[in-house]
Amino acid sequence: MQGEIVRTEPAVELIEGRHSYESITHKISSVVLSYRHPKAWYVVTAIAAFFVFVLITSVTWLLLRGVGIWGINQPVGWGFDIINFVWWIGIGHAGTLISAILLLLRQQWRTSINRFAEAMTIFAVMCAGMFPLLHVGRPWVVYWLLPIPNWTGAWPQFRSPLIWDVFAVTTYLTVSLLFWFTGLIPDLATLRDRAKNRLAQVIFGVLAMGWRNSAKHWHRFDSAYLLLAGLSTPLVVSVHSIVSLDFAVSLIPGWHTTIFPPYFVAGAIYSGFAMVLTLVIPIRALYKMQDFLTMKHLDWMAKIMLATGLIVFYGYIMEIFTALYSANQYEQYLITNRFFGPYAPFFWALLVCNGLIPQVLWSPKVRQNVLLLFLISLIVNVGMWLERFVIVVTSLHRDFLPSSWGMYVPTVWDWGVYLGTIGFFTFMMFLFVRFVPMISIFEMRDLLHQTDRHHPAPATGTAVTSAVSTEVTP
Amino acid sequence: MNVPLYGIIAEFESAEELLHAAKRAREAGYTQMDAYSPFPVHGLSEAIGFEDHKVPWTVFLAGVVGAIAGFSLQYYISVVDYPLNVGGRPFLSWPSFIPVTFETTVLFAAFGAFIGMLAFNGLPQPYHPVFNAPRFERASQDRFFLCIEAKDPLFDRTKTRQFLENLGARLVSEVEE
Repeated sequence: MQGEIVRTEPAVELIEGRHSYESITHKISSVVLSYRHPKAWYVVTAIAAFFVFVLITSVTWLLLRGVGIWGINQPVGWGFDIINFVWWIGIGHAGTLISAILLLLRQQWRTSINRFAEAMTIFAVMCAGMFPLLHVGRPWVVYWLLPIPNWTGAWPQFRSPLIWDVFAVTTYLTVSLLFWFTGLIPDLATLRDRAKNRLAQVIFGVLAMGWRNSAKHWHRFDSAYLLLAGLSTPLVVSVHSIVSLDFAVSLIPGWHTTIFPPYFVAGAIYSGFAMVLTLVIPIRALYKMQDFLTMKHLDWMAKIMLATGLIVFYGYIMEIFTALYSANQYEQYLITNRFFGPYAPFFWALLVCNGLIPQVLWSPKVRQNVLLLFLISLIVNVGMWLERFVIVVTSLHRDFLPSSWGMYVPTVWDWGVYLGTIGFFTFMMFLFVRFVPMISIFEMRDLLHQTDRHHPAPATGTAVTSAVSTEVTP
Repeated sequence: MNVPLYGIIAEFESAEELLHAAKRAREAGYTQMDAYSPFPVHGLSEAIGFEDHKVPWTVFLAGVVGAIAGFSLQYYISVVDYPLNVGGRPFLSWPSFIPVTFETTVLFAAFGAFIGMLAFNGLPQPYHPVFNAPRFERASQDRFFLCIEAKDPLFDRTKTRQFLENLGARLVSEVEE
């Protein structure tokens, strides 16, 4: 078993600088336990809080007046709400990919970003969930979507992807929360043991539920954590596949294609990694976490972004090919309309943002430039939003009959809800960074332990090697 | 000092020392012990002679229950209570019931993993005597502990203490119940 661990070890340092268990624990937990925070934290949180108020205002007005205040109409019944729903859900997917799939693949570099990415998943799915809830128009009877016996005597229609979506998204949110909280329990115990303040001791003590780091605890924890990862892996693929079926099961040109599920999943991971980079780059600088979130991490995330970006681009090409090959005039018209129709600028911008600009990531120099990476991640976020805009709006605005053609223009309330969710997401992420250890402390200790064996530090080297050698003899 | 003893605990500086000590304690015939470490140490539960497969089984059974529950819910609604003729398809159009069945399977199994892990670990547990051990707060930070419990048939206040001291522990102390 130990030979196996040494074999799977990467040749690079995932923790930079000289660190001990104590210094790692101190560095990460002190962010939560100290009262002093960078000024930028207060500034960003305040701005984000302002946009939370924008969200509350927009939603209140929507509930008072109905969805008519949005830009949606006939034929474009799905506007910002579905665009933003798919965008947010996609962003969430990188969190599960990092925490679950990379765990199963034994990618040790996931350790310093998984907690952060999982939190991102949870908040992104919360933002996503708001849109369909509001889009139904009467959110107070939204329980009709669930199989709850009610006075109408009607039940949900289980042959519809829209109802699969309800199950997929709620399951995804619940399982992500369970996975995140499970991984958090040992760190909550660490905070409980380190807290000086009585209130913090009580809060973290209650949340840690008496976790005592016993080998028996760890034994069951390990199997539960691995199984949750194993369950999340097919789950994350199913969620975005089902989201794509909302489109693909319909008969609308440009939606009715079998490539949608894999293409959506790749797009989700692409946008998710972009969002992880967008968040990690400023926060690692703000809290000086460069020792744990090294350039290697940024480099690998950029590579995954590049790879999934190419898959997404392949999807765009296949869409054009399928339309041409189908000999279906509506499909072919859709492609022409995308290239040259009234929404063509969005399509060309999408190709530039998602297809062209990310190609600079082939260059190692760009991947080592934090500022450029940050800018590219923002561009990809915009690009993926444009992709959903193009998919939703260009397919809908030209109906089969020219008499039913229309245009979609978002109103200020569309933007209010959208910017509001961005504010809510940022607000929650910054609260998370403040009140929860943003990097999994126990997994970082484990990582240090595994890499230390490979490169024994001079101070502890003798003790470690002697212990190892005696261990081999019996 | 009439407080009954929970056990004797030894503090170590590294995972390797703890692993080594746990193996030696097993060889010496101790069976009732527990090791504490700030991260999961591979092979430590085997070293203290602990193996448990209740969590995986719970997850499996919860998943099976979730699958049955999800599918029968859809069967009852779509076939028995509210049959809808959609384009002449059969009421039991099972392929379209698979996505929801899959989601409920994962949902139940995930709850099985979470609740199972907590329940078999006896959590939440407001009080445990091992927290009385001096410096035990370090078990969640940077130190490694081995506790031989008083209920062990071989337990002897002085001999067990000596045994642990001979293993190279940094600190050996008694833990009150």
